[in-house]
Amino acid sequence: MDNMLHVSSSPHVRAKDSTNRIMAYVILALLPTSLFGIFNFGLKALLLIVLTIASCVATEWVFEKIIHKESTISDLSAVVTGLLLALNLPVTLPWWEAVLGGVFAIAIVKMMFGGLGQNFMNPALGARCFLLIAFAADMTNFVTDTYTGATPLAAMRNGEVINNMDALIGRTAGTIGETSAIAILIGAVILILLGVITLAIPASYLITFVVFMLIFGGHGFDMNYIVAQLCSGGIMLGAFFMATDYVTSPITPKGRIVFGICCGILTGLFRCFGANAEGVSFAIILSNIFVPMIEKMTIPRAFGQVKEKKEGK
Amino acid sequence: MGLRTFKGGVHPFEGKELSKDRPVEEYLPGKDLVFPVSQHIGAPAKPVVAVGDAVKKGQLIAEAGGFVSANIYSSVSGTVKAIAPHRVATGDMVNSIVIENDGSYEEVAYEESEVGSLSKEAIIEKVKKAGVVGMGGAGFPTHVKLSPKEPDKIDYIIANCAECEPYLTSDYRRMMDNPELLVGGMKIVLQLFDNAKGVLGVENNKPDCIAKLEEICRDEPRIEVVALQTKYPQGGERQLIKAVTGREINSKMLPADAGCIVDNVETLVCIYRAVKEGKPVMHRIFTVTGDAVKEPRNFYVSVGTNYAELLEAAGGLKEGGAEKMISGGPMMGFSMFDLNVPITKTNSSLLCLSKDDVSHLEPSACINCGRCVEACPELLVPSRLAKQADLKLGEEFEKWNGMECIECGSCSFICPARRPLAQSIKTMKKDILAARRKK
Repeated sequence: MDNMLHVSSSPHVRAKDSTNRIMAYVILALLPTSLFGIFNFGLKALLLIVLTIASCVATEWVFEKIIHKESTISDLSAVVTGLLLALNLPVTLPWWEAVLGGVFAIAIVKMMFGGLGQNFMNPALGARCFLLIAFAADMTNFVTDTYTGATPLAAMRNGEVINNMDALIGRTAGTIGETSAIAILIGAVILILLGVITLAIPASYLITFVVFMLIFGGHGFDMNYIVAQLCSGGIMLGAFFMATDYVTSPITPKGRIVFGICCGILTGLFRCFGANAEGVSFAIILSNIFVPMIEKMTIPRAFGQVKEKKEGK
Repeated sequence: MGLRTFKGGVHPFEGKELSKDRPVEEYLPGKDLVFPVSQHIGAPAKPVVAVGDAVKKGQLIAEAGGFVSANIYSSVSGTVKAIAPHRVATGDMVNSIVIENDGSYEEVAYEESEVGSLSKEAIIEKVKKAGVVGMGGAGFPTHVKLSPKEPDKIDYIIANCAECEPYLTSDYRRMMDNPELLVGGMKIVLQLFDNAKGVLGVENNKPDCIAKLEEICRDEPRIEVVALQTKYPQGGERQLIKAVTGREINSKMLPADAGCIVDNVETLVCIYRAVKEGKPVMHRIFTVTGDAVKEPRNFYVSVGTNYAELLEAAGGLKEGGAEKMISGGPMMGFSMFDLNVPITKTNSSLLCLSKDDVSHLEPSACINCGRCVEACPELLVPSRLAKQADLKLGEEFEKWNGMECIECGSCSFICPARRPLAQSIKTMKKDILAARRKK
């Protein structure tokens, strides 16, 4: 017993999942829709994905160099942000705008607020909205060689009936990663099976959205229309991959459901009454802002706790 | 119906295979035995022997220092060598009686009883006299537990046979080797509470124990064996009560407030010995295990035996040594820097790990993933509590129910950012309790 023994506070063992393993799981779960996006839109899509990821990782590295902090790029969170951002861009976007989006996502939305875990807004969505405002025309240009028509959501707005099968599979116009509901759902199953997310947020989000659309959608109980709404635009990607972003969603179990409802109502509101056919990004980042308030309102009841506070105060 | 359990919890590596099938061997202690006067919750016991006194095995050497306190007996015969502070497994220095073992084990006479003819008061008195405390680790004096304000309202006596801490196998051996002592202890406690039903709650990773206990309880109408889901901390008092009865208690309540009395396996065995055989607490089963130990074993040890001696008795360490030594299990045990400490009534194992999983970990930023929330058996938000603790925000901490933490460590175990959540929360709890006491 010549060696020194290690002493630390209990527990003395740890579970396997670490932050970068979880991020790797998310990347894995995003692969189906990423691959479909490349298949659907061609190599330009791959180029944008690579560029935004590189831009996000490089920005984080440079930012931390400048402020003399240890580099955190190995936690893979910047890769996830870059990938998510790319999946939210139209394939026609000039490459430098995509790169700029990556810089904005990391430098402004994430690092300025203290880095991983501190940002109040989903960096990828923050950047997407920034690009949407800064380069409105480029960000809404979904015309490619394959798809010359409007996005399904825009078509529906004009009163057209879209082909639900196309929307489900993803053979439609849209951003790189949002078109295929099936590919996104495969990813969602991966996330759930690996224990990365629970159904709390996506389920409450989607159910609320469906209820909202049934009431205010103007198509009554037309199930075709509801399915078309669910499979089109960013709602699937948003519900499973963006609204579930740990950092920017509530940590309390009830809060997650409230947050999902919030996202659902706002998405419905924006899609039915907004200026654009789409509203998922704004719905989620707006809901992100409510998170601290939602958490405060949903402090869980502790085990064995009896209601007593109400009378006291 | 699914197996009974509680909400939350984690599944650490069990590690029980290392020692579970090793038969219990009696270990005769070496020269000096050390008896700390605080082996229980409550007032320290007062030594009733002086340096130079000759003592017999089974002789009272320190008497309870109040109602919530417990007697301490010598487990060997010999001479009192010193009464001085000595280090214990938690790292603290505690006033201790050191007895030099003469190796003859000359024993006092014990008064056997016909249990059925004893009054309730007499039973409790015998438990008190024998110095029985919660042997699972908490060390709460058992006679206090057995004297609730309203005994008629107790409808469950729960034997904590969960043994949910990884690696520990002392309760397992007891259940396999001496189930009649355990059930005997349970019957004695049932004799105290007319309206109660006895439940033996066992995790289902011990099917052999369940079968054995069911067999010997077949003709016991008041005792039932209940299989519980294997999940840490199933053996936490509040979690066990929830699993068995569906009732919940919080930090301000006692199990008796939910009509329950919970006793650990070894405690019930001690109750049986105390009441039936008149024997005080002098022995317990103790496991020496871990991947760094040459021959992991279960020992029948005398209270006061030195940890280092027992490690030698288990063949010592493998080549390569151990990075970490823990008194107790890996989830709630204390890491030790010195093995020259005595086994007390509440110590159940020495765990030697060749690799320390934890000390080299660098905590990274909380990503708010909520795994700690899902794991917390008290349904708290550990990441938030730990943040409030680090910022010393006592008021917020209490508002988020931080004082309900049972310190099981599930949050730190599961945290992917490797943050020492339980450590922060424990520290804050201590600070708040200290501040309350000052008021």
